Amino acid sequence: MSETLAPRRRDHERPAGIPLVRASNVRKNYGPIEVLKGITLDVHAGEVMCLLGPSGSGKSTFLRCINHLETIDGGRISFNGELIGYVQRKDRIYEMNRREVAHQRRGIGMVFQRFNLFPNMTALENITVAPMGIGKIPKQVAIAAARDLLDRVGLSAQANKHPAQLSGGQQQRVAIARALAMEPKLMLFDEPTSALDPELVGDVLDVMQRLAASGMTMIVVTHEIGFARGVADRVVFMDGGVVVESGPPREVLEKPQNPRTQAFLESVM
Amino acid sequence: MPLHKTLEQPIPPRPATVTAAGAHAAAFTESHDVVAVPLRHPWRWVLAAVLVLAFAWLATSLWNNPNVDHATIREFMFSPQIIRGAGLTILLTIISMVLSTILGIVLALMRLSDNPVLNAMAWIYVWVFRGTPLLVQIVFWGYLGLLYKQISLGIPFTDFHIFAVDTNTLIPAFVAGLIALTTNEAAYSAEIVRAGMMSVDPGQKEAAYSLGMTPLFTLIKVELPQAMRVIIPPMGNETISMLKNTALLSLIAVLEMYTVAEHISAQNLRQVELLVVVSCWYLALTSILSIPQYYLERHYGRGSRTLGPTPIGRVVSLFHRVMSTR
Repeated sequence: MSETLAPRRRDHERPAGIPLVRASNVRKNYGPIEVLKGITLDVHAGEVMCLLGPSGSGKSTFLRCINHLETIDGGRISFNGELIGYVQRKDRIYEMNRREVAHQRRGIGMVFQRFNLFPNMTALENITVAPMGIGKIPKQVAIAAARDLLDRVGLSAQANKHPAQLSGGQQQRVAIARALAMEPKLMLFDEPTSALDPELVGDVLDVMQRLAASGMTMIVVTHEIGFARGVADRVVFMDGGVVVESGPPREVLEKPQNPRTQAFLESVM
Repeated sequence: MPLHKTLEQPIPPRPATVTAAGAHAAAFTESHDVVAVPLRHPWRWVLAAVLVLAFAWLATSLWNNPNVDHATIREFMFSPQIIRGAGLTILLTIISMVLSTILGIVLALMRLSDNPVLNAMAWIYVWVFRGTPLLVQIVFWGYLGLLYKQISLGIPFTDFHIFAVDTNTLIPAFVAGLIALTTNEAAYSAEIVRAGMMSVDPGQKEAAYSLGMTPLFTLIKVELPQAMRVIIPPMGNETISMLKNTALLSLIAVLEMYTVAEHISAQNLRQVELLVVVSCWYLALTSILSIPQYYLERHYGRGSRTLGPTPIGRVVSLFHRVMSTR
């Protein structure tokens, strides 16, 4: 396994420019239920942000809004200075058509709780299908890049296996490699270790940690407090569709100010 | 006894009544090499024997029936007329299955789309074509000339025509039969394709979208290949019933196999013999059709189960083994 997953160096200085992801007053309803009640967050390039919170707090929904897998009912989310999924005219934002959204999503990788690898393709094909079909990368180049990525997640021996022949931890690492193949600027992780057997969690977290060290901007919804403490630059605690508390892991995890954060951390640690 | 009462009671000690059996078990454990015999099924052999006898009796009684003329069967089994008819039957089956599958996929996508207009159109199509008898539809297309003498392309509600053709010239019996079979089958394949598409985990679409794939690319590369696994077995069924439904085209005088057989028996009055001939042909053709189905199922089953060797592969490896032992 090589040392880093992406060639970029980690920049510890917080860049002064505009944030990579900027969410302001994001609201989302499922029918009469308001799941996001105005989320405002900035994520800077190179930053690793962990979203914590009890189930039903809206953290996964918010994550899915960032690449427009969910529509929003109010507020705005921009990525790299561009509104995601919408075009603003005067005081309204209009939803884009699906081809335009697809184009925007190329810059944002996502890893799912249930891996969602394509079962009809081998590990290698899972990684090459999007770069070849969407990115118009020549086949040989895409395959070489995919082999390199598989090597970096420690799975070069599994290249020609189908997902059903891989363990959960291996599948999730292929899923990470698949997302990285589109060379995203931002990676979203939606509870990436929640569906794994306990002994397989470590390998996936290890890959994520090295990805963070390489300078990737990451937003991670997780229940792994240890990962948040060790890797995150910032921890955001959500509950009931609002951000309750946010700050460096040392502050939020060790000295939580809000009683809801305190209660949650007590229940999981 | 109420549950909490049961729980309160102390667990009684297990009675020590296993002494005799225990001695027996001990004798077993001492001998190391015990062979485990699977459950035996003697009645299967009895049932098989009864069925073979019954079948033999039925076959001989048919064969020795004085009303069946073997010479006629032999004469027409491979006669050029019947073979030409069989060729047309195969052609009708293949063309209408291919076209109806394409139309079925389009209809299924319309049904699954969130566009209410497309959705309603597909629903009405399926409602009409699945809700009326195929027989009626065949007659309708065959006698379309009675309804519209001419078919023309022009501006509706005016007399301006780019061209106008006599209906019976544009749609001869063969084409009418093809349209009838295709449009009817499409209603069924639409429902089969729709079921297949709905069987694909929604997470697959999300994963594809998250990689920046467009809806069309996702459909072709991710959703349809996975839906195929569910679609192919019932579509194999549909192909076989399509092959047999071509016989209904005798109503509008398409010269497929059954119509040919009918014409022959109208002349020589040997109905039963010709029915035997076409039944043999239909049975042979449907048997052949199950071969591509097997390979298609294998192809789209990749990744969901480990594949053993194909029957041909098995014969080849057996051949190699026999040759190497010589």
